[in-house]
Amino acid sequence: MLKKILSASSLLLALATAVPVQANTAPDALVRQISVEVIDVARADKAIQEGDTARVLALVESKVMPHVNFEVVTRSAVGPQWRGATPEQRSKLQAEFKTLLVRAYSGALAQVKDQSVEVLKTLPVPGSTQMVVQTEVRGSGEPIKLDYRLDKQAEAWKIIDVNVGGLWLVQNYRSQFATEISKGGIDGLINTLVERNKAPSKS
Amino acid sequence: MSLLHGRRTPAPPLVAAFALAAALALGGCATAPAGGAAPTQASKVDPWENFNRKIFTFNEALDDAIVKPVATAYRDVVPELVRDGIENVLGNIYDVRSVLNHFLQGKLQSGLEMGMRVLTNTFFGLGGLLDPASEMGLTRQWEDFGQTLGRWGVPDGPYVVVPLFGPSTMRDTVGLVLDREFSPAAIPQTDSGRYATFGVEAISLRARFLDTTQLLEEISLDKYSFIRDGYLSRRRDALFDGAPPLEDFGDDWDDEPETPAAPAAPAAPSAPTATDTPASAPAPAPK
Repeated sequence: MLKKILSASSLLLALATAVPVQANTAPDALVRQISVEVIDVARADKAIQEGDTARVLALVESKVMPHVNFEVVTRSAVGPQWRGATPEQRSKLQAEFKTLLVRAYSGALAQVKDQSVEVLKTLPVPGSTQMVVQTEVRGSGEPIKLDYRLDKQAEAWKIIDVNVGGLWLVQNYRSQFATEISKGGIDGLINTLVERNKAPSKS
Repeated sequence: MSLLHGRRTPAPPLVAAFALAAALALGGCATAPAGGAAPTQASKVDPWENFNRKIFTFNEALDDAIVKPVATAYRDVVPELVRDGIENVLGNIYDVRSVLNHFLQGKLQSGLEMGMRVLTNTFFGLGGLLDPASEMGLTRQWEDFGQTLGRWGVPDGPYVVVPLFGPSTMRDTVGLVLDREFSPAAIPQTDSGRYATFGVEAISLRARFLDTTQLLEEISLDKYSFIRDGYLSRRRDALFDGAPPLEDFGDDWDDEPETPAAPAAPAAPSAPTATDTPASAPAPAPK
Protein backbone atom coordinates (compact mmCIF):
# COMPACT_ATOMS: atom_id res chain seq x y z
CA MET A 1 0.00 0.00 0.00
CA LEU A 2 2.64 2.42 1.08
CA LYS A 3 4.77 1.46 -1.84
CA LYS A 4 1.90 2.26 -4.17
CA ILE A 5 1.41 5.62 -2.57
CA LEU A 6 5.09 6.28 -2.76
CA SER A 7 5.44 5.35 -6.38
CA ALA A 8 2.31 7.26 -7.26
CA SER A 9 3.53 10.31 -5.45
CA SER A 10 6.95 10.03 -7.02
CA LEU A 11 5.28 9.92 -10.40
CA LEU A 12 3.30 13.00 -9.55
CA LEU A 13 6.43 14.68 -8.29
CA ALA A 14 8.30 13.75 -11.40
CA LEU A 15 5.59 15.41 -13.43
CA ALA A 16 5.22 18.38 -11.18
CA THR A 17 8.86 19.07 -10.48
CA ALA A 18 10.73 18.11 -13.57
CA VAL A 19 12.85 21.16 -12.90
CA PRO A 20 14.89 21.46 -9.69
CA VAL A 21 13.03 22.52 -6.59
CA GLN A 22 11.59 25.92 -7.00
CA ALA A 23 12.14 28.65 -4.50
CA ASN A 24 8.69 28.52 -3.03
CA THR A 25 8.56 24.78 -2.34
CA ALA A 26 7.14 24.16 1.11
CA PRO A 27 9.50 22.45 3.56
CA ASP A 28 7.44 19.28 3.77
CA ALA A 29 7.21 19.03 0.01
CA LEU A 30 10.97 19.40 -0.24
CA VAL A 31 11.58 16.68 2.32
CA ARG A 32 9.07 14.42 0.61
CA GLN A 33 10.73 14.97 -2.72
CA ILE A 34 14.19 14.21 -1.37
CA SER A 35 12.98 11.10 0.43
CA VAL A 36 11.20 9.75 -2.59
CA GLU A 37 14.14 10.40 -4.88
CA VAL A 38 16.61 8.78 -2.54
CA ILE A 39 14.43 5.71 -2.04
CA ASP A 40 13.66 5.30 -5.70
CA VAL A 41 17.34 5.26 -6.53
CA ALA A 42 18.20 3.01 -3.60
CA ARG A 43 15.51 0.51 -4.60
CA ALA A 44 16.71 0.32 -8.17
CA ASP A 45 20.38 0.01 -7.27
CA LYS A 46 21.64 -3.48 -6.43
CA ALA A 47 25.00 -2.16 -5.25
CA ILE A 48 23.37 0.09 -2.67
CA GLN A 49 21.25 -2.73 -1.35
CA GLU A 50 24.37 -4.79 -0.91
CA GLY A 51 25.90 -2.04 1.15
CA ASP A 52 28.23 -0.35 -1.33
CA THR A 53 29.28 2.68 0.69
CA ALA A 54 30.65 4.60 -2.25
CA ARG A 55 27.32 4.35 -4.06
CA VAL A 56 25.37 5.50 -1.02
CA LEU A 57 27.75 8.43 -0.65
CA ALA A 58 27.23 9.38 -4.27
CA LEU A 59 23.47 9.16 -3.87
CA VAL A 60 23.44 11.39 -0.80
CA GLU A 61 25.84 13.78 -2.47
CA SER A 62 23.66 14.21 -5.53
CA LYS A 63 20.16 14.12 -4.02
CA VAL A 64 20.43 15.49 -0.50
CA MET A 65 23.45 17.76 -0.36
CA PRO A 66 22.16 20.43 -2.74
CA HIS A 67 19.43 21.12 -0.18
CA VAL A 68 21.71 21.48 2.81
CA ASN A 69 23.11 24.78 3.97
CA PHE A 70 26.54 23.80 5.18
CA GLU A 71 27.49 27.20 6.37
CA VAL A 72 24.67 27.23 8.91
CA VAL A 73 25.33 23.59 9.78
CA THR A 74 29.00 24.20 10.47
CA ARG A 75 28.49 27.48 12.28
CA SER A 76 25.89 25.86 14.50
CA ALA A 77 28.23 23.04 15.47
CA VAL A 78 31.23 25.31 16.01
CA GLY A 79 29.35 27.78 18.19
CA PRO A 80 30.46 31.28 19.20
CA GLN A 81 34.07 30.60 18.18
CA TRP A 82 32.83 30.79 14.59
CA ARG A 83 32.96 34.57 14.89
CA GLY A 84 36.69 34.52 15.40
CA ALA A 85 37.42 32.16 12.51
CA THR A 86 38.99 33.54 9.34
CA PRO A 87 37.27 33.00 5.99
CA GLU A 88 39.85 30.33 5.11
CA GLN A 89 39.28 28.53 8.39
CA ARG A 90 35.55 28.71 7.85
CA SER A 91 35.65 27.19 4.42
CA LYS A 92 38.03 24.45 5.57
CA LEU A 93 35.80 23.64 8.53
CA GLN A 94 32.80 23.55 6.26
CA ALA A 95 34.43 21.21 3.74
CA GLU A 96 35.72 18.79 6.37
CA PHE A 97 32.52 18.71 8.40
CA LYS A 98 30.57 18.10 5.24
CA THR A 99 32.65 15.04 4.43
CA LEU A 100 32.08 13.71 7.93
CA LEU A 101 28.35 14.35 7.95
CA VAL A 102 27.82 12.82 4.53
CA ARG A 103 29.53 9.73 5.85
CA ALA A 104 27.38 9.73 8.97
CA TYR A 105 24.11 10.22 7.15
CA SER A 106 24.98 7.71 4.44
CA GLY A 107 26.05 5.18 7.01
CA ALA A 108 22.77 5.51 8.84
CA LEU A 109 20.87 5.25 5.58
CA ALA A 110 22.77 2.18 4.45
CA GLN A 111 21.72 0.30 7.56
CA VAL A 112 18.05 0.54 6.88
CA LYS A 113 16.99 -1.98 4.30
CA ASP A 114 13.70 -2.24 2.52
CA GLN A 115 12.64 1.19 3.53
CA SER A 116 9.86 3.56 2.78
CA VAL A 117 9.43 7.04 4.18
CA GLU A 118 6.29 8.60 5.48
CA VAL A 119 6.21 12.34 5.99
CA LEU A 120 4.28 13.00 9.17
CA LYS A 121 4.01 16.48 10.64
CA THR A 122 5.59 19.84 9.95
CA LEU A 123 6.11 21.98 13.02
CA PRO A 124 7.44 25.50 13.48
CA VAL A 125 10.32 25.93 15.93
CA PRO A 126 9.22 28.47 18.54
CA GLY A 127 11.12 31.72 18.44
CA SER A 128 12.71 31.19 15.05
CA THR A 129 11.99 30.92 11.36
CA GLN A 130 12.89 27.24 11.38
CA MET A 131 10.55 24.36 10.62
CA VAL A 132 10.89 20.73 11.57
CA VAL A 133 9.54 18.13 9.18
CA GLN A 134 8.99 14.80 10.89
CA THR A 135 9.30 11.64 8.89
CA GLU A 136 9.38 8.01 9.71
CA VAL A 137 11.42 5.38 7.93
CA ARG A 138 9.49 2.16 7.78
CA GLY A 139 11.16 -1.09 7.01
CA SER A 140 11.09 -4.61 8.30
CA GLY A 141 11.67 -3.71 11.94
CA GLU A 142 10.42 -0.89 14.08
CA PRO A 143 9.87 2.47 12.41
CA ILE A 144 12.75 4.89 12.74
CA LYS A 145 12.36 8.56 13.37
CA LEU A 146 14.09 10.75 10.80
CA ASP A 147 13.34 14.43 11.21
CA TYR A 148 14.67 17.35 9.22
CA ARG A 149 15.23 20.87 10.50
CA LEU A 150 14.98 23.49 7.81
CA ASP A 151 15.39 27.22 7.58
CA LYS A 152 14.46 29.53 4.77
CA GLN A 153 17.44 31.17 3.18
CA ALA A 154 17.39 33.34 0.13
CA GLU A 155 13.92 32.16 -0.83
CA ALA A 156 14.65 28.47 -0.54
CA TRP A 157 14.26 26.04 2.33
CA LYS A 158 17.53 24.45 3.29
CA ILE A 159 18.19 21.57 5.64
CA ILE A 160 20.27 22.55 8.65
CA ASP A 161 20.08 19.44 10.83
CA VAL A 162 18.81 15.87 10.77
CA ASN A 163 17.39 13.97 13.71
CA VAL A 164 18.10 10.25 13.55
CA GLY A 165 16.18 8.29 16.15
CA GLY A 166 16.10 11.08 18.69
CA LEU A 167 19.40 12.84 18.30
CA TRP A 168 20.14 15.90 16.21
CA LEU A 169 23.21 14.89 14.28
CA VAL A 170 24.79 18.32 13.93
CA GLN A 171 24.05 19.30 17.52
CA ASN A 172 25.63 16.08 18.66
CA TYR A 173 29.00 17.42 17.51
CA ARG A 174 28.79 20.60 19.54
CA SER A 175 30.51 19.49 22.70
CA GLN A 176 33.10 17.49 20.74
CA PHE A 177 33.91 20.58 18.69
CA ALA A 178 34.10 22.72 21.81
CA THR A 179 36.58 20.30 23.36
CA GLU A 180 38.79 20.34 20.27
CA ILE A 181 38.67 24.13 20.07
CA SER A 182 39.58 24.51 23.72
CA LYS A 183 42.56 22.21 23.16
CA GLY A 184 43.94 23.54 19.90
CA GLY A 185 41.82 26.41 18.65
CA ILE A 186 40.02 26.43 15.32
CA ASP A 187 43.08 25.01 13.57
CA GLY A 188 43.18 22.17 16.06
CA LEU A 189 39.60 21.33 15.21
CA ILE A 190 40.33 21.47 11.49
CA ASN A 191 43.27 19.10 11.93
CA THR A 192 41.19 16.67 13.94
CA LEU A 193 38.50 16.65 11.26
CA VAL A 194 41.07 16.13 8.51
CA GLU A 195 42.56 13.19 10.40
CA ARG A 196 39.11 11.72 11.03
CA ASN A 197 38.18 11.96 7.38
CA LYS A 198 41.40 10.34 6.27
CA ALA A 199 40.59 7.13 8.11
CA PRO A 200 39.28 4.61 5.60
CA SER A 201 35.64 3.71 5.72
CA LYS A 202 35.24 0.11 6.72
CA SER A 203 31.54 -0.34 6.99
CA MET B 1 30.61 -1.64 23.15
CA SER B 2 27.90 -2.27 25.57
CA LEU B 3 25.73 -5.13 26.45
CA LEU B 4 22.18 -5.38 27.29
CA HIS B 5 19.24 -3.99 25.60
CA GLY B 6 16.82 -1.92 27.48
CA ARG B 7 17.01 1.47 26.02
CA ARG B 8 15.42 0.60 22.77
CA THR B 9 12.92 3.26 22.06
CA PRO B 10 12.07 3.47 18.38
CA ALA B 11 15.31 1.61 17.72
CA PRO B 12 17.21 3.58 15.14
CA PRO B 13 20.27 2.49 13.33
CA LEU B 14 22.75 5.17 14.16
CA VAL B 15 21.97 5.45 17.78
CA ALA B 16 21.12 1.97 18.68
CA ALA B 17 24.62 1.74 20.02
CA PHE B 18 23.43 3.64 23.01
CA ALA B 19 20.95 1.02 23.91
CA LEU B 20 21.51 -1.11 26.92
CA ALA B 21 20.60 -2.14 30.37
CA ALA B 22 21.34 -4.41 33.31
CA ALA B 23 21.46 -4.81 36.99
CA LEU B 24 24.46 -3.17 38.47
CA ALA B 25 23.84 -0.72 41.22
CA LEU B 26 26.64 1.78 41.21
CA GLY B 27 27.23 1.91 44.92
CA GLY B 28 30.53 3.68 44.80
CA CYS B 29 29.95 6.30 42.21
CA ALA B 30 29.02 9.03 44.66
CA THR B 31 32.67 9.22 45.56
CA ALA B 32 33.77 9.56 41.98
CA PRO B 33 36.08 12.47 41.33
CA ALA B 34 34.60 15.50 39.69
CA GLY B 35 35.77 16.42 36.23
CA GLY B 36 38.49 19.02 36.28
CA ALA B 37 37.48 20.69 33.06
CA ALA B 38 36.06 24.16 32.71
CA PRO B 39 32.42 24.42 33.73
CA THR B 40 30.91 23.77 30.34
CA GLN B 41 27.48 22.50 29.45
CA ALA B 42 28.99 19.03 29.26
CA SER B 43 30.45 19.05 32.76
CA LYS B 44 27.09 20.01 34.20
CA VAL B 45 25.43 16.87 32.93
CA ASP B 46 28.57 14.80 33.41
CA PRO B 47 30.23 15.85 36.67
CA TRP B 48 31.88 12.44 37.02
CA GLU B 49 33.40 12.47 33.58
CA ASN B 50 36.88 11.36 34.67
CA PHE B 51 35.49 8.34 36.43
CA ASN B 52 32.98 7.61 33.69
CA ARG B 53 35.71 7.64 31.08
CA LYS B 54 37.58 4.95 32.99
CA ILE B 55 34.51 2.71 33.02
CA PHE B 56 33.96 3.52 29.36
CA THR B 57 37.51 2.43 28.52
CA PHE B 58 36.97 -0.77 30.46
CA ASN B 59 33.72 -1.47 28.62
CA GLU B 60 35.37 -0.83 25.28
CA ALA B 61 38.22 -3.20 26.11
CA LEU B 62 35.77 -5.89 27.18
CA ASP B 63 33.83 -5.40 23.98
CA ASP B 64 36.92 -5.62 21.79
CA ALA B 65 38.21 -8.70 23.57
CA ILE B 66 35.06 -10.74 24.01
CA VAL B 67 31.64 -9.36 23.21
CA LYS B 68 32.24 -8.09 19.69
CA PRO B 69 34.16 -11.15 18.45
CA VAL B 70 31.48 -13.49 19.80
CA ALA B 71 28.68 -11.37 18.33
CA THR B 72 30.47 -11.24 14.98
CA ALA B 73 30.84 -15.02 14.93
CA TYR B 74 27.19 -15.38 15.93
CA ARG B 75 26.13 -13.16 13.06
CA ASP B 76 28.33 -14.97 10.57
CA VAL B 77 27.45 -18.50 11.61
CA VAL B 78 23.83 -18.45 12.71
CA PRO B 79 21.30 -17.98 9.90
CA GLU B 80 19.36 -14.75 9.89
CA LEU B 81 16.05 -16.55 10.31
CA VAL B 82 17.23 -18.08 13.57
CA ARG B 83 18.70 -14.82 14.82
CA ASP B 84 15.44 -13.03 14.06
CA GLY B 85 13.53 -15.70 15.94
CA ILE B 86 15.74 -15.31 19.00
CA GLU B 87 15.41 -11.55 18.82
CA ASN B 88 11.63 -11.85 18.58
CA VAL B 89 11.36 -14.14 21.59
CA LEU B 90 13.50 -11.81 23.69
CA GLY B 91 11.60 -8.79 22.35
CA ASN B 92 8.30 -10.35 23.31
CA ILE B 93 9.52 -10.64 26.90
CA TYR B 94 10.75 -7.02 26.89
CA ASP B 95 7.32 -6.07 25.59
CA VAL B 96 5.71 -7.37 28.79
CA ARG B 97 7.82 -4.87 30.71
CA SER B 98 6.75 -2.17 28.28
CA VAL B 99 3.07 -2.98 28.86
CA LEU B 100 3.56 -2.57 32.58
CA ASN B 101 5.32 0.75 32.10
CA HIS B 102 2.68 2.12 29.78
CA PHE B 103 0.15 1.50 32.52
CA LEU B 104 2.43 2.91 35.22
CA GLN B 105 2.61 6.09 33.15
CA GLY B 106 -1.14 6.17 32.76
CA LYS B 107 -1.01 5.50 29.02
CA LEU B 108 -4.04 3.29 28.90
CA GLN B 109 -4.49 3.01 25.17
CA SER B 110 -0.91 2.31 24.20
CA GLY B 111 -0.69 -0.08 27.15
CA LEU B 112 -3.64 -2.03 25.82
CA GLU B 113 -2.16 -2.00 22.32
CA MET B 114 1.12 -3.36 23.62
CA GLY B 115 -0.81 -5.93 25.65
CA MET B 116 -2.57 -7.03 22.47
CA ARG B 117 0.81 -7.22 20.79
CA VAL B 118 2.21 -9.55 23.43
CA LEU B 119 -0.89 -11.78 23.34
CA THR B 120 -0.88 -11.90 19.55
CA ASN B 121 2.78 -12.76 19.28
CA THR B 122 2.62 -15.29 22.10
CA PHE B 123 -0.39 -17.20 20.78
CA PHE B 124 -0.24 -16.65 17.04
CA GLY B 125 3.50 -16.12 16.76
CA LEU B 126 4.61 -19.45 18.26
CA GLY B 127 5.46 -18.09 21.67
CA GLY B 128 7.01 -14.93 20.32
CA LEU B 129 9.18 -16.58 17.69
CA LEU B 130 7.34 -14.69 14.98
CA ASP B 131 6.02 -11.16 15.03
CA PRO B 132 2.58 -11.18 13.37
CA ALA B 133 1.50 -8.24 15.56
CA SER B 134 3.76 -5.80 13.71
CA GLU B 135 2.17 -6.81 10.45
CA MET B 136 -1.21 -6.08 11.98
CA GLY B 137 -0.02 -2.59 12.84
CA LEU B 138 0.67 -3.27 16.50
CA THR B 139 4.27 -2.08 16.37
CA ARG B 140 6.51 -2.02 19.39
CA GLN B 141 6.21 1.00 21.64
CA TRP B 142 9.09 0.70 24.02
CA GLU B 143 8.71 1.92 27.60
CA ASP B 144 11.09 1.10 30.43
CA PHE B 145 11.28 1.94 34.12
CA GLY B 146 13.72 4.78 33.54
CA GLN B 147 11.14 6.46 31.32
CA THR B 148 8.42 5.84 33.88
CA LEU B 149 10.50 7.42 36.63
CA GLY B 150 11.11 10.37 34.31
CA ARG B 151 7.40 10.70 33.68
CA TRP B 152 6.85 10.75 37.40
CA GLY B 153 9.19 13.72 37.65
CA VAL B 154 12.40 12.07 38.78
CA PRO B 155 15.26 14.11 37.29
CA ASP B 156 17.97 12.42 35.22
CA GLY B 157 20.71 13.05 37.69
CA PRO B 158 24.33 12.94 36.56
CA TYR B 159 25.39 10.90 33.56
CA VAL B 160 26.77 7.52 34.53
CA VAL B 161 28.59 4.86 32.56
CA VAL B 162 27.62 1.52 34.05
CA PRO B 163 30.26 -1.22 33.97
CA LEU B 164 29.35 -3.84 31.35
CA PHE B 165 26.24 -1.99 30.32
CA GLY B 166 27.27 1.44 29.18
CA PRO B 167 25.59 4.85 29.07
CA SER B 168 23.00 5.71 31.68
CA THR B 169 22.01 8.34 34.18
CA MET B 170 21.41 7.98 37.90
CA ARG B 171 17.70 7.71 37.26
CA ASP B 172 18.07 5.31 34.38
CA THR B 173 20.39 3.15 36.44
CA VAL B 174 17.63 2.72 39.00
CA GLY B 175 15.27 2.00 36.11
CA LEU B 176 17.78 -0.49 34.78
CA VAL B 177 17.78 -2.51 37.98
CA LEU B 178 13.97 -2.74 37.78
CA ASP B 179 14.12 -3.53 34.06
CA ARG B 180 16.35 -6.48 34.75
CA GLU B 181 13.74 -7.92 37.12
CA PHE B 182 11.49 -8.28 34.08
CA SER B 183 14.17 -9.37 31.64
CA PRO B 184 14.47 -12.77 29.97
CA ALA B 185 17.43 -13.51 32.23
CA ALA B 186 15.21 -13.18 35.29
CA ILE B 187 13.09 -16.13 34.22
CA PRO B 188 15.32 -19.23 34.61
CA GLN B 189 15.30 -20.95 38.00
CA THR B 190 19.02 -21.67 38.19
CA ASP B 191 22.00 -19.35 38.23
CA SER B 192 23.57 -21.01 35.24
CA GLY B 193 20.29 -20.62 33.35
CA ARG B 194 20.19 -16.95 34.19
CA TYR B 195 23.78 -16.36 33.08
CA ALA B 196 23.20 -18.27 29.86
CA THR B 197 20.05 -16.28 29.07
CA PHE B 198 21.84 -13.07 29.86
CA GLY B 199 24.61 -14.10 27.50
CA VAL B 200 22.09 -14.72 24.73
CA GLU B 201 20.47 -11.33 25.36
CA ALA B 202 23.84 -9.61 25.21
CA ILE B 203 25.10 -11.33 22.08
CA SER B 204 21.81 -10.98 20.23
CA LEU B 205 21.74 -7.28 20.94
CA ARG B 206 25.39 -6.74 20.15
CA ALA B 207 25.13 -8.63 16.86
CA ARG B 208 22.32 -6.41 15.76
CA PHE B 209 24.36 -3.26 16.26
CA LEU B 210 27.71 -4.33 14.82
CA ASP B 211 27.38 -2.03 11.83
CA THR B 212 26.10 0.81 13.96
CA THR B 213 29.04 0.77 16.32
CA GLN B 214 31.41 0.53 13.37
CA LEU B 215 29.82 3.66 11.94
CA LEU B 216 30.16 5.37 15.29
CA GLU B 217 33.91 4.70 15.22
CA GLU B 218 34.11 6.44 11.89
CA ILE B 219 32.09 9.54 12.55
CA SER B 220 32.88 10.55 16.11
CA LEU B 221 35.72 12.84 17.09
CA ASP B 222 35.49 11.66 20.65
CA LYS B 223 33.46 8.49 20.94
CA TYR B 224 32.82 8.98 24.64
CA SER B 225 31.16 12.40 24.22
CA PHE B 226 29.36 11.35 21.06
CA ILE B 227 27.73 8.46 22.89
CA ARG B 228 27.02 10.52 25.99
CA ASP B 229 25.37 13.37 24.12
CA GLY B 230 23.52 10.98 21.87
CA TYR B 231 22.30 8.90 24.78
CA LEU B 232 21.03 11.93 26.67
CA SER B 233 19.16 13.40 23.72
CA ARG B 234 17.68 10.06 22.79
CA ARG B 235 16.43 9.51 26.31
CA ARG B 236 14.92 12.95 26.33
CA ASP B 237 13.25 12.17 23.03
CA ALA B 238 11.91 8.90 24.42
CA LEU B 239 10.61 10.60 27.54
CA PHE B 240 8.50 12.84 25.34
CA ASP B 241 7.45 9.87 23.20
CA GLY B 242 9.39 11.19 20.25
CA ALA B 243 8.07 14.73 20.42
CA PRO B 244 10.21 16.82 22.77
CA PRO B 245 9.58 20.57 22.70
CA LEU B 246 11.45 22.05 19.77
CA GLU B 247 14.20 24.48 20.55
CA ASP B 248 16.12 26.90 18.50
CA PHE B 249 19.70 25.73 18.90
CA GLY B 250 21.13 29.12 18.15
CA ASP B 251 23.46 29.25 15.21
CA ASP B 252 23.70 32.95 14.63
CA TRP B 253 27.42 33.12 15.16
CA ASP B 254 27.79 35.17 12.09
CA ASP B 255 29.53 38.43 11.47
CA GLU B 256 27.64 40.71 13.78
CA PRO B 257 29.97 43.16 15.48
CA GLU B 258 31.33 41.92 18.74
CA THR B 259 32.89 43.85 21.55
CA PRO B 260 36.38 42.44 21.97
CA ALA B 261 36.19 41.23 25.55
CA ALA B 262 32.51 40.35 25.59
CA PRO B 263 31.56 36.89 26.80
CA ALA B 264 30.37 34.50 24.15
CA ALA B 265 26.76 34.42 25.24
CA PRO B 266 24.77 37.12 23.49
CA ALA B 267 23.68 39.66 26.03
CA ALA B 268 20.07 40.67 26.37
CA PRO B 269 20.37 44.12 27.91
CA SER B 270 16.73 45.01 27.45
CA ALA B 271 15.49 42.00 29.35
CA PRO B 272 16.80 42.21 32.90
CA THR B 273 14.76 39.25 34.16
CA ALA B 274 15.51 36.96 31.27
CA THR B 275 17.91 34.85 33.27
CA ASP B 276 15.27 32.35 34.34
CA THR B 277 14.83 30.86 30.92
CA PRO B 278 15.77 27.19 30.69
CA ALA B 279 19.45 26.74 30.15
CA SER B 280 19.36 25.44 26.64
CA ALA B 281 21.45 26.74 23.82
CA PRO B 282 22.32 30.40 24.03
CA ALA B 283 19.59 32.49 22.53
CA PRO B 284 20.46 33.76 19.10
CA ALA B 285 20.71 37.44 18.54
CA PRO B 286 18.06 38.69 16.17
CA LYS B 287 19.19 38.95 12.60
